[in-house]
Amino acid sequence: MEDMKLIADHLVYEYNKGTNQTVRALDDVNFVIRTGEFIGLIGHTGSGKSTLVQHLNALLKPDSGTIYYDGADVFEKGYDRKALRGKVGLVFQYPEHQLFEETVFKEVCYGPINMGLDTKEVEMTAYAAIKRVGLPDECIDQSPFDLSGGQKRRVAIASVLAMKPEILVLDEPTAGLDPKGRDELLSMIVELREKEGITVVLVSHSMEDVAEYVERIIVMDKGKILYDDVPKAVFSHAEELEAIGLAAPQVTYILKDLKAAGFDVDTTGITLAEAKETILQALTWKH
Amino acid sequence: MGIIHINKVKYEYIRRDEENNVEGITTAVDGVSLAVEPGEFIAILGHNGSGKSTLAKHLNAILCPSEGSVVVDGMDTQDEDHLLQIRQTAGMVFQNPDNQIIGQIVEEDVGFGPENMGVPTKEIWERVEESLKAVGMYEYRSYSPNKLSGGQKQRVSIASVIAMHPKCIILDEPTAMLDPMGRKEVIRAVRALNDVEKITMILITHYMEEVIYADRVFVMDKGKVAMSGTPKEIFSRVSELRDLRLDVPQVTELAYELKCAGLPLPDGILTREELTEALQKVRKMRDRREQE
Amino acid sequence: MLRDITIGQYYSADSVLHRMDPRTKLLGTMIYLVSLFLFDSAPVYALAAVFLGVVIMLSKVPFSYMVKGLKSILFLLLFTVFMNMLFVKGEVIWSFWKLQVTREGLRKSGFMAARLILLILGSNLMTLTTTPTRLTNAMESVMKPLKLIKVPVHEIAMMMSIALRFIPILLDETDKIMKAQLARGADFESGNLIRKAKSMVPVLVPLFISAFRRANDLAMAMEARCYHGGKGRTQMKPLKYAGRDFAAYAVLLLYLAGVIVIGKFL
Repeated sequence: MEDMKLIADHLVYEYNKGTNQTVRALDDVNFVIRTGEFIGLIGHTGSGKSTLVQHLNALLKPDSGTIYYDGADVFEKGYDRKALRGKVGLVFQYPEHQLFEETVFKEVCYGPINMGLDTKEVEMTAYAAIKRVGLPDECIDQSPFDLSGGQKRRVAIASVLAMKPEILVLDEPTAGLDPKGRDELLSMIVELREKEGITVVLVSHSMEDVAEYVERIIVMDKGKILYDDVPKAVFSHAEELEAIGLAAPQVTYILKDLKAAGFDVDTTGITLAEAKETILQALTWKH
Repeated sequence: MGIIHINKVKYEYIRRDEENNVEGITTAVDGVSLAVEPGEFIAILGHNGSGKSTLAKHLNAILCPSEGSVVVDGMDTQDEDHLLQIRQTAGMVFQNPDNQIIGQIVEEDVGFGPENMGVPTKEIWERVEESLKAVGMYEYRSYSPNKLSGGQKQRVSIASVIAMHPKCIILDEPTAMLDPMGRKEVIRAVRALNDVEKITMILITHYMEEVIYADRVFVMDKGKVAMSGTPKEIFSRVSELRDLRLDVPQVTELAYELKCAGLPLPDGILTREELTEALQKVRKMRDRREQE
Repeated sequence: MLRDITIGQYYSADSVLHRMDPRTKLLGTMIYLVSLFLFDSAPVYALAAVFLGVVIMLSKVPFSYMVKGLKSILFLLLFTVFMNMLFVKGEVIWSFWKLQVTREGLRKSGFMAARLILLILGSNLMTLTTTPTRLTNAMESVMKPLKLIKVPVHEIAMMMSIALRFIPILLDETDKIMKAQLARGADFESGNLIRKAKSMVPVLVPLFISAFRRANDLAMAMEARCYHGGKGRTQMKPLKYAGRDFAAYAVLLLYLAGVIVIGKFL
């Protein structure tokens, strides 16, 4: 039990209850998040993944089932759900749309102040968070609205990091960023995890990103968990993934093409580096 | 005869601080010239802030150049008398699917343009039907837009533009806010309209996979055209693209990496088929070498 | 949270009421609302309730869905009932300290509640069965005479229609922003009124920014599609009365006559 940081136990959640348009967004969802994991959550739009992440910090209350955090039922009466939201930091899609303060610094202080820290602590954690997301010092007193799109997003992420979460959940953090901005943001997340051991749940539409970075993938479809496994195992189900509007990473398809063309390649490769290696091996190309 | 002529266009705007004092001048578009032929599929690439969207807004007279000129189908965009005609000739689809649908129901939104143009009621219905069918959204004609997916909403927006019978459609990052499925839907619709209806398409995007079908690609940086050519030519220049904060499709990247590792592959491989074919050639070469 | 508000939302179904000309529904609703204020008599309210009941059944909107719409005015309803109950003078039937409940008060509050409920249900039914566009079309058409005194009828109708289109989007957005701030430890529930009002700032600022951004985008999209006011504009769905509308007017007149007869003579 000591390592089961968060347990989702038989979660069921419905929208539009009592009308002719009831949607079962979560249908008996079970899983465990352990400390230090890097999990990718994938599923097409409407598969229930956004509903699921809102359960992880108790923003939504399941119709049945519950979440245990550090062994305690978070939907029990008297449980401090505000404190939970500090421990399970949730960064929404397009988080820059939630900014409201006059300066970047004040913006980042909002979370820690809500957590009830004293002024000195608030300022220290806020400053540390701004540095952790790689924003330059001169930003601190600027209005967040004067920053570029990518920088605004960093401010929003810093404002969640400033609450010192143990689990960081990011819903599509790279949506709308250009390729460079996307790469920079993802490396920042990897660094956070490596340096500070934060547990990360990454919701993503990009199979290539998920294949490159995470250790475990949870696939959602119609409110249910379809797969929960290491990336290689999940992406070996390319056809099943396509049937629910997802896909394997592009390189996996390339390797399959090559195999069909008679190359002796390992088709379980899911990253660029793996593909490169197995192709070079299959060709036994000598320089 | 080109359909769009962009002639040394410069667009500047004045930045002001809170007290409305001039802080400086930003040049968003800096001396861009390009011409588009009827029926072409043009892609304009660039990172956020490269000036590509500002340029796009010049093409149907939402913005007017500070210097230079834009001529759409023989009409100068600065000529107020032709404003409506220009907007009819060059339709525009925007980025945010929620913020460009005006009607409460899909078919009413598609009818909005023709209504403004004063098209008779009966013909509006014909245009709405044909436009929705062209993007495969006819069965959703009586839906509320709020009930549609992002990709479907963008297809409705494309239909709404088609209903005005434009010669050219400018798509300003139509897929930036969509999931991969929605992105595919929209690009498929755009390609079909270009192929079948021969509507000129100008697609602005930063997704590399979307531009491989274009006839010509322009890469923008700091308000200028930094690179131009066919997709193959553009994607042969991997390291230059990276310097411009851009990427290449994963297939191209893999081919590039393999080439760096010493395989004799051609530049600018864009599809899986091309890569397989190229690698088969390499294998033959290897076999021949081993025999020798 | 905000998804529960059903007032003003269109309920998609295929019924006589949905197909009816919006002008009929608009005028019909007005006649119905007036009929509720003509008489204070139990039989009239009974007739009004039965009439509305039948119309709701024709509309194919489920009763439970309609009742859900009442939830949002529950507070207002209880408040009016209590005020009437306590402050109308007359024959005292129950008293406590300085508060007195009178027979007349009870009667009055009962009528008040009935009137309010029927009023809300009746007008709600109109918005549930009419798309906002059709409704604004109807208003534009009904208000047309005002053009003579330089009222910008088309522009008002267009503004209303856009506002209505964006209500669900902005409600969704409010929900999203509230959740995002909750995720940052915000607390919208505890504290006194001033603290509560203060805690809404982090919601209202982003909401306004977003609304302006949307307005700007929408204006651009409308311009790009040749919108230039009402001049020279044709209509895709011009309003046209059909047989069912004349039938509806006949039924409405009969109903009104019934109300007057019952109110006067019973």
